[in-house]
Amino acid sequence: MNENSSLWSDAWRRLLANKAAVVSGVLLLLLIALAILAPWIAPHSYSYQNLELGAQAPFGSFFLGTDTLGRDLFSRILYGARVSLLVGFVATGVALVIGVSWGIVAGYFGGRIDSLMMRIVDVLYGLPFIIFIILLMVIFGRNIWLLFGAIGAVEWLTMARIVRGQVLTIKNQEYVLAAQAMGVSNLQMFRKHIFPNILGPIAVYATLTIPQVMLLEAFLSFLGLGIQPPMSSWGTLIRYGVESMEEYSWLLIYPGLTFTITLFALNFFGDGLRDALDPKISSD
Amino acid sequence: MFQVILKRIAIAVPVLLIVASLTFFLVRMAPGGPFDVDKVVPPQVMKNLNAVYNLDAPLLVQYKDYMLNLVQGDFGPSFRYPGRSVTEMISIGLPVTLELAFYAILIAMIVGICAGVTAAVKRNTVFDYIPMSIAMLGICMPTFLLGPLLVLIFGIQLEVLPVSGWGSLAGDKILPSITLGAAYAAYIARLSRGGMLETLNQDYIRTARAKGLPEHKVIIRHALQGGLVPVVSFLGPAIAGLIGGSFVVETIFQIPGLGRFYVEAAFNRDYTMILGTTIFFSSLIIFFNLLSDIVVLLMNPRARSEA
Repeated sequence: MNENSSLWSDAWRRLLANKAAVVSGVLLLLLIALAILAPWIAPHSYSYQNLELGAQAPFGSFFLGTDTLGRDLFSRILYGARVSLLVGFVATGVALVIGVSWGIVAGYFGGRIDSLMMRIVDVLYGLPFIIFIILLMVIFGRNIWLLFGAIGAVEWLTMARIVRGQVLTIKNQEYVLAAQAMGVSNLQMFRKHIFPNILGPIAVYATLTIPQVMLLEAFLSFLGLGIQPPMSSWGTLIRYGVESMEEYSWLLIYPGLTFTITLFALNFFGDGLRDALDPKISSD
Repeated sequence: MFQVILKRIAIAVPVLLIVASLTFFLVRMAPGGPFDVDKVVPPQVMKNLNAVYNLDAPLLVQYKDYMLNLVQGDFGPSFRYPGRSVTEMISIGLPVTLELAFYAILIAMIVGICAGVTAAVKRNTVFDYIPMSIAMLGICMPTFLLGPLLVLIFGIQLEVLPVSGWGSLAGDKILPSITLGAAYAAYIARLSRGGMLETLNQDYIRTARAKGLPEHKVIIRHALQGGLVPVVSFLGPAIAGLIGGSFVVETIFQIPGLGRFYVEAAFNRDYTMILGTTIFFSSLIIFFNLLSDIVVLLMNPRARSEA
C-alpha cells in the first residue's frame, strides 16, 4: 500500500511541475464550477427572447453580446457548457464502464474467451461509427440519452485494448500468482489486485477521451443531428453562429473560442497526466 | 505475408455483410414510413406506392431482394427524389467528394510530413515548438469551426476567395480543401515527428552517419521509410474521419457531394438513400482500412518476415 501511495504522490509532484497541465487543470475546474453554478451566476436567462433588442455586439451587462433573438450570449455559453461537459463526462463514463470490464475479462481469463472478445473489438474497429451514430439519431429521434449511449458505445474499443494489455502484464506478476495460490476469488482479485494497478492508464485515457467525445457531440449538433432546441450545447451555438456570422461575427467567435480553449485544456491536461503517471512514455 | 492479407480480406467480407444487414434492419425499424407526409394520402395511393417500392413484401423477402440487388451494385430508388436511383445519386456525388478528399489528403501529407520531419530533425528548437503548437491548435480546432472562420476571414472580410461552391468560381476549391485537410495535417505532423524521433535513434541511422553520408541523405534515404510507418497506418482510419469531415465541409461550402447528400437524406428521412450511402461509406472505410494494413505490412520488413 505504501508503494502504491508513493507512486501517486510522485505522479502528483510531476503533474504540478508541468505548467501547461496545471494551467489547463485550473481552467477546467473553473469551467466545471461555472457550468454547475450557471443557474445562479448567469447574468440573464438563456432562453428569454428580447426580439426588440435583437443581435447586439457586446455592451453593458451583455458582455459577449446577444443573438438574433436578443438572448444573452454569455448566459447561453454557460448553459451550453453544462450540456457539452455533461456529454463529455457521461459518454466517457459509458465508454469506461464497457471498455474496462471488457478488457479486464478478456485479459484475465485469456485463451479462447480473450481471442473471441478481442476479435469482436477488431471487427467493431473497422466499422464506420460516425455514420452509425447519425443513423441511430435519425431513426430513434434526437434524444440526448441516446446520444450519450451511442457516443459511449463507440469510444470504449480503445479502452478495452489498453486495459487488456495492462491486465495481461499484471496477471503474471508474482503477487497475483501468490494471491491466486491462496485461493482469492476472481472478484476479490479484480477489486484488490488488478483494478488499483490499472487505474493510472485508465485515468489518462479517460481524460483524453473526453475531448474526443465533446468533438463528436459538437459535430452532430453542428449538423443539426445532436442536441435539439431549446437546449443548446456549444455545437449548436457554433451552428447558429455560422448562420449569422456575416453580420454578427461575435456569435461565432465567442462560442468557438470557448470550445477550442476547452479542448486545448483537456488535451494538455491529459498529456500532462500521461507524462506524470508514466514518465517512461514521452509526449511524442 | 500473403496469408495475413488473405485473412484480412476474409474478415472484411463478413463485416461488410453484417454492416449491410444491420443497416437494413435498423432503417426498417424506424418509426413512420418513408411516405408519411402532412397531407392525407388516399389508401389506394399508399398501397400503390408501397407496391412500387416493394414495401408490401414480407420483411425477409425485402431483405433478400435488397441484398441480391446490392451485390449487382443496385442500391434501389431514392424515396425523396422520384425517378432517381440511389446509385445515380452516388455516382453524381462521389467524384466531387473524392476530389475534395484527395486535395485535403494531399495538403495534409505535404504540410504534415514537412512540419513533422523538420520538428524531429531540429528537436527542441523553434522549428520544433512552433509547428507542433500549431498542430495542437489544428487538432483542437474542429472542422466546423475552422471552415466558417476561414470563410469569415478570406471570403467575407478580405474578399479574396469565394465563400461557397465547387468548380464554378476560380479558387473556390481552396478553402474547402484546406478546411478538410487541416486537422489531418496536424495529426500527420505529430505522427511523423514521433516516428522520425524513434527512427533517428536506431542503430542503422548511426551506421549511415558513421559511414559519412550527408545528413539530408540519411534522412531521406534511411530514416523516412521507417519514420513514416505511423503515418501510413493512420491513413486508413483517417479515411473514415475524412468522410465525416466531408459532411461538415460540404454543408458549410454548399458542395454537391456525397457527404451533403447524406446529411440531407438524414434530415429528410430518405431511408433508401440513407441505407445505400451508409452501406457505400462502410465499404469504402473497410476497404481503405484493409489497404493501409497491407501497405504497412509491405513497408515493415520485420512484419513481412514474421508473417
